Formats: sequence, structure tokens, C-alpha cells
Amino acid sequence: MENPRYQRQTSLKEFGEAGQIRLNNAKVLVIGAGGLGCPALQYLAGAGVGTIGIVDNDRVALSNLHRQVLYSTDDIGLSKALRAADILSALNPEIDIIPFNESLSTTNAQHIISQFDIILDGTDNFASRYLINDACVLAGKPLVYGAISRFEGQVAVFNWATNNGRSSNYRDVFPNPPAEDEILNCEEAGVIGTLPGMIGTMMANEAIKLIAQIGVPLINRLMTYNSLNNQMYDLEVQPQAGSHSLIPANFAAFEAKDYELMCSSQSATQIDPDRFEEMLQDPSFSVIDVRELNETPVINEFNYLSLPLSSFEKSVNQIKENKIVIFCKSGKRSLNAARILASHYGNSKKIYSLKGGILAWKDHKEV
Amino acid sequence: MQVKVLIFGQLTDITGVSELQLNDVSDRDELITALNRQYPGLADSKYAIAVNKQVINENIGLTDNSTVALLPPFSGG
Repeated sequence: MENPRYQRQTSLKEFGEAGQIRLNNAKVLVIGAGGLGCPALQYLAGAGVGTIGIVDNDRVALSNLHRQVLYSTDDIGLSKALRAADILSALNPEIDIIPFNESLSTTNAQHIISQFDIILDGTDNFASRYLINDACVLAGKPLVYGAISRFEGQVAVFNWATNNGRSSNYRDVFPNPPAEDEILNCEEAGVIGTLPGMIGTMMANEAIKLIAQIGVPLINRLMTYNSLNNQMYDLEVQPQAGSHSLIPANFAAFEAKDYELMCSSQSATQIDPDRFEEMLQDPSFSVIDVRELNETPVINEFNYLSLPLSSFEKSVNQIKENKIVIFCKSGKRSLNAARILASHYGNSKKIYSLKGGILAWKDHKEV
Repeated sequence: MQVKVLIFGQLTDITGVSELQLNDVSDRDELITALNRQYPGLADSKYAIAVNKQVINENIGLTDNSTVALLPPFSGG
């Protein structure tokens, strides 16, 4: 018999009873029960997604309430995952809600993610976003991605193979994380409460479309929305050469990776040509060139090891020294390489990247 | 030859505008060089580039009336 709880959506001919059965059988994980997670969770629970997981280790704070409208003032100080689970169970007692009162990490990601069909990323930092992307690629789970900054939001569906087998992921758009201090989060940049409401609702909408097999989800597309002028702009995302090599090869390699360090601005110290010159004189430093073979200018003023960035991940284990300075032509690739090294070795090695690259050093020498 | 550049998110703090026109840039690398010359702050910023709504990560040619979007990553949630 038709359940009156869902009558308004089952009466849609595109959705129907078939769509409702698909939702009831679906298992969706929402990571982050904050600005994006709250509205996503409310609509997924209301719509009758049969099993909903909630991952968050944070507690409700007063400054959350203008946008995380699932919670009320009395909830301040309570665990978001546990409180959200209670509120959503009251909203819809016919579904199963599984709270995980912890943050997603390289140690628990595989275990948690493998229990669900679709993952929603509503986290608030790059370390979590790259960790979740990589875990979803390794586990073969579709990822509904949403992110906000000030008045703008982004939504995309990653890891969903189309008919031609093409499937893209977050690293096809943003291969490597920026330094955590380069891009401001909501706490630093501010956010209007309605924006995560809209973007989080769009994430739930994409998940419902994927599960119910209706409409045209944002597969291999990244949509941006500007809440000030209501402009939307969507981009096609193709699998990019090289981005797959940035993802750990398997869960063992994933567990060994330090995503927080990879995203921290301290992980790669940039140095100027003066400091580089000093390091060249210091025999305790190992100097690495990450330019591809045969790139110019040819350097014969000092000794260095050549480990091109294109195969740098494979060379990481060859590096035995604890003090390393990396250079390339202009300073961008060396910074990438420094972050890769930092994510492998953490604080056990001191890693430096020559700012402005060998061109800046050459200019400096000529002065 | 004219190329339209759309600028998103906090990159507009550097450019001061969300849309601009560039003349005489024949490929992506020339466009980046021209942008970095005009707005040195962009050289230190991380962003994705889409040409005619396709995200690309290698140099490709631009044609008259191409639209290029500069999209920074957002972390907020």
C-alpha cells in the first residue's frame, strides 16, 4: 500500500513508487553535519532514504545556528552527529540513521564508506575533501560534492561512470590542495546562511536523482552558483592525464598518507634565492630538480638529483636525506613536489621549495 | 582576437572584476602569462581553468570569442 508520508513525491510520474522503493533501499553517507550537511540530511531523511549515515565529530556552537538550522539554541555543546540523528529520527522514524561521532580519517574511511552507496561531502576543509575524494575513488563510491565560499557555491557528482565509461573526480578539477591559508573557510571569510541551505539542498537533490534514476544529474559537471546575482555556470570535467597518479594506489597507501599535513601551509617552506644559495653550500642538504629531463636552463653550477614531477611519486622512497630543497623552473612544480614529500614523510624531513624557481635564482645571480 | 575571462570566488579580490577581456592571447599559457602580468597576485593563487566550459589542465589553443573561466577551490561547508 502507498505510504502517505511520501504521497506528494510518489505522485510525480517520473518518480513514482519505483523511485520511492529505490530511495528506501538506498544507503547514503553525509560527511559533515554543518551548513551543507544539515539541509542535505533533512531532505534525504524526509524523502525516505532508507539508511543515512552521519559523520561529524564537532559540537553545536552558537555561531552555527544562523545556517545549520537543523539545530536549536538548546543544542549548543551537543554532538552534531548524535543530535542530528535524534532530530532526523523524529522527522522520519521509518528510516535507519547511523551516527558516527568521529571525524573521517585515513584509518576509518574505508570501513565507514564501504557501508554506503553514495557519499555526500559537506565538510569544511581541504584535508577532508581530498581524503574523501581519494577514498571514494579507491572504494568506487559515487561522490556528491558541495562547497561554499562567501556568496558562491559549487556542486558536482564525481566517480559516476557514464555510458562511455568516463568518470571524473575532484582531482580532475583541483589536482592538488592549495595551502590551507590560501583559501578562506566560512569562519574566516563569512557566509550568508541561505547559501549552504541552497547548495546543501542541491546536493540532496542530486543524490535523490541518482538514486531514483531521474533527470540529468551533474555527472562529470561542476556547477557554480552565485547567490548575489543568481548566476549559474557549469563546467564539464574530463578525466585529466596525471590526476589519477595523485591518488594513492590502494587503501594501504591511503592509510599512510597525511592529508592534514598535505594541506597545511607549513608542510612546504618556500625559500628565496638567497636562502637557496646558503643551502647549496650546506652539505647536509639534498638538492632535487623536479623539471622533466632535458628542460632548460641546464644547470651545471651545482650538483643535484633529477626526479621529474611526472614520476615523482614513484621516486619518493629513494630520498634518504632529511633536509631537502626542491627546485623547478618557476617554483610551482617544486611546491607540488614538496607537498607530495611532506604528505609521505610528515615532520620527519625538512622540505623546502625554491620560490620563483631556477629562473629567479639565475636572475639573482646576475644582479 | 578577443577572449572573455570569467573570474570566480576570492580571485575577484585580486582582479577587482568578475569579467574581463584579453586581446591577442593565442593559447592558455599566453593567457596565464598575460593575467599574471596584469594581476601579479594570481601567480600565487591556485585555480582551475575552463575553456569554453571544459576544465583543462594542459595548454590548448584559444580562438576568437573563447570564454575562459578561472575557478578557485572552495573549502567551506
